[in-house]
Amino acid sequence: MPTSSTSPSPSAPAGFSLAGMVEGVRLSLPMVPGILMAAGAVGAASAEKGLSLGEATLMSFLVYAGASQLLALQLWPSTWTWPALAALVLVVFAVNLRLVLMGAALQPYLARGMPRGTPYLALVTLTDANFVIGSRYSADGGRDTGVFLGAGLFMWLIWVVATVPGHVLGYMLTDPRRFGLDLVMPLLFTIMAVGLFRLKRDRLVWPVAAGVAVVTAQLVSGYWFIIVGAVAGSVAAGLFRRHD
Amino acid sequence: MTDWLDQGLIGPISAIIAMAAATYFIRVLGYWIMGREPLTPFVRAALEALPGAIVVATIVPLVVRGGISAWVGMACAAGTMILVRRDVVGLAAGLGGAILVRALGLP
Repeated sequence: MPTSSTSPSPSAPAGFSLAGMVEGVRLSLPMVPGILMAAGAVGAASAEKGLSLGEATLMSFLVYAGASQLLALQLWPSTWTWPALAALVLVVFAVNLRLVLMGAALQPYLARGMPRGTPYLALVTLTDANFVIGSRYSADGGRDTGVFLGAGLFMWLIWVVATVPGHVLGYMLTDPRRFGLDLVMPLLFTIMAVGLFRLKRDRLVWPVAAGVAVVTAQLVSGYWFIIVGAVAGSVAAGLFRRHD
Repeated sequence: MTDWLDQGLIGPISAIIAMAAATYFIRVLGYWIMGREPLTPFVRAALEALPGAIVVATIVPLVVRGGISAWVGMACAAGTMILVRRDVVGLAAGLGGAILVRALGLP
């Protein structure tokens, strides 16, 4: 199946249609294997951290943001304290901050094609995946906002459902270390890093983030090094932006 | 009553709800801001680099702390990703490397 063959007709009026939602589902099909794998990993990591199947599924349903779920599970405490909860929410917040850019980029497309206020409902489904689909579609001249929502709802459903077998599998393995399952999260992050790296932008930013994180990890217990290192790198990117 | 506040209020469920609230806030924030005024170049550059910075700040200290199996696994995953650019293949290579190192009895 071709990935994006139907080019939207530029003359079509801005709006929202069921046909657009079906088109959004069609455009998200190539992403299904990746979603299944990531949701399975989240499910398995939830089981390893002692979440019940209900809690793991609830998290996938309510949060629906893979990288932040994996990171939160990495920090998941065995006993709950207010600082532990605050650190967790802060990390989730930081990891998902990239969605601010995506929401900003989609604003003209969504505001034009949907009744006032409804984009705030449609944005519940915002992820990297339907951002790519929606922004590519609107860059090609498409104006049906059903494409964005259809893709988002379809992948949300798959995300929640695929968490279940991952959790069951993770729960059944009695010795997860032997199969390297404790390394799934660091490995997925390594893979993400390779995909995210842009030489011009990151050759200065990444050493700053890594160096600050390593030093912080030596000085402060817990997972604060993630937040401190990430903020340092991000500010560095803002400061260095003219030196490209 | 205060016992209930101390013991019942925080736990997995309330953490999940707090995570969801934070994520929803971020999902609509960019849309809301753009409806008023565009982002400054500094903020834009900082936000663009943020995902990579988070990932690096997470894994580098873990690598420094981790055992040989973690180093080998992450090197295999990164190397495979650079060559093949497919997440599934990278993960399989990383897990394969780590399992092999552990089968040899190394940490």
